[in-house]
Amino acid sequence: MTAVQDIINQPNETAVKNAVLEIKHLDKAFGGNVVLNDFNLVVNKDENVVVLGRSGSGKSVLIKCIIGLLKPDSGSISVLGEDVLAMGHDELDHIRMRIGFLFQSNALYDSMTVRENLEFPMRRHIKHMNAEEVNERVNEMLENVGLAHTIDMMPSELSGGMQKRIALARTLILKPEIILYDEPTSGLDPITGREISSLMVELQEKYHTSSIIISHDMNCVKAVADKVVALIDGKAYATGTYEELKRSTDERIKHFFE
Amino acid sequence: MKGKELKSEAFLNETGAISRFTGWFFHEFLRPRFELREFLRQCFLVGYKSLPLIGLTGFIMGLVLTMQLRPTLVAYGVEARLPDMVSLSIIREIGPVITALIFAGKIGSSIGAELGSMRVTEQIDAMEVSGTNPYKYLVVTRVLATTLMLPILTILSDAIGLYGGFLGINIRGVMSLDLYINEVLNTVVFSDVVPATIKTFFFGFAVGIIGCYKGYNSKKGTEGVGRSANSAVVLSSLLIFIIDLVVVQITDLLGLN
Ligand SMILES: Nc1ncnc2c1ncn2[C@@H]1O[C@H](COP(=O)(O)OP(=O)(O)OP(=O)(O)O)[C@@H](O)[C@H]1O
Ligand SMILES: [Mg+2]
Repeated sequence: MTAVQDIINQPNETAVKNAVLEIKHLDKAFGGNVVLNDFNLVVNKDENVVVLGRSGSGKSVLIKCIIGLLKPDSGSISVLGEDVLAMGHDELDHIRMRIGFLFQSNALYDSMTVRENLEFPMRRHIKHMNAEEVNERVNEMLENVGLAHTIDMMPSELSGGMQKRIALARTLILKPEIILYDEPTSGLDPITGREISSLMVELQEKYHTSSIIISHDMNCVKAVADKVVALIDGKAYATGTYEELKRSTDERIKHFFE
Repeated sequence: MKGKELKSEAFLNETGAISRFTGWFFHEFLRPRFELREFLRQCFLVGYKSLPLIGLTGFIMGLVLTMQLRPTLVAYGVEARLPDMVSLSIIREIGPVITALIFAGKIGSSIGAELGSMRVTEQIDAMEVSGTNPYKYLVVTRVLATTLMLPILTILSDAIGLYGGFLGINIRGVMSLDLYINEVLNTVVFSDVVPATIKTFFFGFAVGIIGCYKGYNSKKGTEGVGRSANSAVVLSSLLIFIIDLVVVQITDLLGLN
């Protein structure tokens, strides 16, 4: 009897153990505008979770809550086993080292060169690194995204796709365990979008990261997703693999795949 | 009536928000970890870069003031008092205020626009995520730089303005530079210089804090950035006059006039 129960419980147990990010009953409203309403999500180790949702459905708000840029009204967020919402400033800084965040608008510092952009998170977070190690890391990341020659350029001299790659390099520079991508391929032509998607997959395999990816771009979703979550009415309306959701008969899910 | 109430409410809200922003400045300023590099960079940008403009306006101010004052003084037969009049006006009032207004136009707007576009393009959020306190890195350094640089710029502008005044005198009359300097030094006393210099620190602080406040709280969109820059200049110019008014009242009460 107990043996049988053990077997039944096992997959569940391991799933819980491997969760790197758990969001429970998350609520967030701006005044009367309810954006997230009892949102739940689990991300496991080495898993790429895609969040689908229409424009304005609260996808950016969701990942900003995870990184602590916005404070949810209620609910809990635990990242790598720690409760983000209960953290003080220093602890939050510490956990942020282990989370990469790719902004929807890239958010490259336009008064700094590419090199300075990449050095910025390192200088702040890792104090024991010497100049040579910093330099090495910068070069490694630029080579990862294939833009080593841009190191002394200003962001304004780069094309949109190149800026996205630099932003990606900056996101990865601290070798985070979890990466939050906010629309990594939006505003890019399909070919560049595909390049960015395969770059994401490549880097994910190289550094063994887990990630949440926000995207409208079905090519990207198909390429990267292990699990897809549809964010509708502030809830995780449907969850499944890309194929499962594609086969869904629900009208609101079907819309995404048209 | 309703519109009026809304306006005064918005005014009070804004005043409250600026006061909180200023309080936050002192809070962050006093906490450890000072962004020295960024501060020095800002001093350079704020001070050095506005030097030509402020020098030029200072020079014109001195020259024009002298040329305008001369006919009046001549009419009263006190032409010899021209250096006294010019130096007192420049040092006590016109130098600090004109320099501060030019400074507000150049630096206040650029701070407003810079921080505004950083806010809108999420660069400020990116800093926060990168373990940098953006308020400390962006606001504290800029406000300190404007507070310290404006007094220095004002002293330079005053000096150049006085030289302009000397040239102005020599357009119609003859006076040696030695004599002019002597006249100026005999006229201007400690109690003229000190309040005038002290108020420039407040002017610089006002320009910095208002520029940062407007930029930091910029609304989404490029229009928001433009509005931040614009209202930073308007509000800091207004504040310069208000501070000037208050300082004059205080020096008057203290009998320093
Ligand atoms: N700081 C804020 N203050 C007030 N309302 C906000 C704020 N940020 C987001 N919102 C609101 O929250 C809702 C969701 O915004 P969010 O940016 O998360 O959308 P999104 O799903 O990322 O859309 P998109 O695909 O266009 O980026 C919107 O209605 C927006 O108006
Ligand atoms: Mg978004």
